[in-house]
Amino acid sequence: MSSPKPLSPTDDLHRRYWKYNLRLMIVLLAVWALAGLGCGILWADVLNQWNLPGTGYPLGFWFAHQGSILVFVVLILIYALAMDRLDRTLRSDVLAQAEREGNR
Amino acid sequence: MSVLVWTYIFVGLSFSLYLGIAWLSRVRDTQGFYVAGRGVPAAANGMATAADWMSAASFISMAGLISTMGYAGGVYLMGWTGGFVLLALLIAPYLRKFGQFTVPDFIGDRFDSRTARLVAVVCAVFISFTYVAGQMRGVGVVFSRFLEVDVTVGVMIGMVIVFIYATLGGMKGITWTQVAQYWVLITAFLVPAFAISFKLTGIFLPQAGLGSELVGQGVFFFEKLNQIQHDLGFGSYTEPFLGSWDKVNVFCLTLALMAGTAGLPHVIVRFYTVKSPRAARWSGFWALFFIAGLYLTAPPVAGFARYYMLEGLNGSTEEQLPSWFTSWEKTGLILWLDDGDGIVRYTADERNEIFRTGSKNSAEMSQIFRQHQLFVSSGGASGVDGRMVMREAGLSGPDRDIIVLATPEMAGLAEWIIAFVAAGGLAAALSTASGLLLVISSSVAHDLYYRILRPQATEKQRLLVGRSVIGVAVVIAGIFGVYPPGFVSEVVAFAFGLAAASFFPAIVLGIFSRRVGTVPAIAGMVVGVAFTANYIIMTVYGGMSYWTFGISANGISPQAIGALGMVLNFAVTLGLTPFFPAPSDKVQRLIARVREPEETTPAVAIETAMEH
Repeated sequence: MSSPKPLSPTDDLHRRYWKYNLRLMIVLLAVWALAGLGCGILWADVLNQWNLPGTGYPLGFWFAHQGSILVFVVLILIYALAMDRLDRTLRSDVLAQAEREGNR
Repeated sequence: MSVLVWTYIFVGLSFSLYLGIAWLSRVRDTQGFYVAGRGVPAAANGMATAADWMSAASFISMAGLISTMGYAGGVYLMGWTGGFVLLALLIAPYLRKFGQFTVPDFIGDRFDSRTARLVAVVCAVFISFTYVAGQMRGVGVVFSRFLEVDVTVGVMIGMVIVFIYATLGGMKGITWTQVAQYWVLITAFLVPAFAISFKLTGIFLPQAGLGSELVGQGVFFFEKLNQIQHDLGFGSYTEPFLGSWDKVNVFCLTLALMAGTAGLPHVIVRFYTVKSPRAARWSGFWALFFIAGLYLTAPPVAGFARYYMLEGLNGSTEEQLPSWFTSWEKTGLILWLDDGDGIVRYTADERNEIFRTGSKNSAEMSQIFRQHQLFVSSGGASGVDGRMVMREAGLSGPDRDIIVLATPEMAGLAEWIIAFVAAGGLAAALSTASGLLLVISSSVAHDLYYRILRPQATEKQRLLVGRSVIGVAVVIAGIFGVYPPGFVSEVVAFAFGLAAASFFPAIVLGIFSRRVGTVPAIAGMVVGVAFTANYIIMTVYGGMSYWTFGISANGISPQAIGALGMVLNFAVTLGLTPFFPAPSDKVQRLIARVREPEETTPAVAIETAMEH
């Protein structure tokens, strides 16, 4: 924050929370771009040389019409689960922090 | 029983269900009216979002588009689902934490400016109106085909139904009706898909069927379809980047649809209705999960219908024509101009005999038919070749809407299933229309009337204004439905580009940057929208040729320009930021609050913390 007041330990926890959140987001969005924009479009012509194993789907076509959508659903699921865990960790950290301060 | 009787039964049943739900969920305060009291469970909100999102265009037109476009149809599949990843990761949880009623609320508060709020209101109303007009038209088309009433009567019935449940229950009524509508539309879409897949490939699951071999032929479905397409002169179904759909245009259009999806106000407001940011993340997941049910099934429907279309029509004589052809010929979505040999030809060249009526009226059509008959019987000596007329009017091939609506008949399904598809199409159109009407209502009644014009208005007045605006908006939408401006379908696609070039960058930067201030954000939105709208208007109506921007030999299509508009918006906003002051302390606190998870900083109840 731009205000010059000193950081409290809780602020520090929130800062770490936000950093982790950003890292997670960047990784998931990278996969999002690779699956949809990458495999579905940029490399679709190359991938179309092969079929999805065991089926008649050309691979690039499959990514554009099926695969990317499946990946998208899984990505949001991972994000929701990971953020649930992160929220829980933060809550218990904040509680522990408050307790330590109370003991002092 | 006939299809007609079944249709009346299903449509009557589903409509009474919607009205019953509306009565049970009627509301008395603005909190309930705009955001359903923020008490909607994540999965239910996901279903409602899915129904809200999947419009008449998704249900009726998308599979048809894919069917004729092949690989390139994937832009709609990827664009309209990939946007939800952006929505769930970058936007939904934070806007829920922010906790107001509308998108202009966020833009106005974050950039601390009435101008910004006003720009956002104008964008939201414009986007929603172009959309809702298309929905009402969809209602009219389904009514006229399946219930054999006039399009006007159909639109009016749709208007009355939406008006009742939207004004009675506001967002709460709309949410729970949308949950019911989701089940109606998804069942109506899946049942024919499973049946047609089993018939062609012997596999029930259509996604697996599409990738396997044709029954009794020992050849992969796609190989066969590509072979037929090739023989008839059409481009390969699975090969990417044919014709004007080069890599750059496919990329840009997909990106514009993704960012546009994440910036569409009627989708974003759905996430205000859940209990918490956590529930917003989960309802993002459920929304895409339920949407995927239809979007993963559309490609098989498209592929199989393409096969039936080409195989069923080509080489048939008048007596051999499939029954679905004759029953849809009446609607003008498909028609046959024979060259005199009595055998149907549906090809990509000038000998093609299958067309659609398009926007030609019945007088023009009968004139073309008469002249064509003369042309054929005189061996070309007199009359006019109807095929040439239709080809030059760009009306070759059947109308894309026929694909979904006629699939059950192609698959030879029972009459009640055909009728059920009609109820599904109506559910898709009505659910989207009601969501859009609520956005228009909240933009005008909340953002304009309450936040800008009369901040001292009482709860009762605000609710009354909210309900009246829905009434007015329904009538305007209905008029658009009865007298559709020719450009509706195009404008709907453009709405995504505009949303991508305006809201998406402003919201994302508003959340993820503490530095971006008022002036750069407004400048970015205005430049992004002006550039995008200008390019669309100049190329579509002004006769300007496409610009190549040095990246695409074909030039960028106006549908795809939103991606560049978005980049421009980001560039302008970030480029100007260093020269303007950072946001005030009040806004800094707002940003910090939006980023923090719930319940870790106690003693501040989010809903009561700020006066609104």
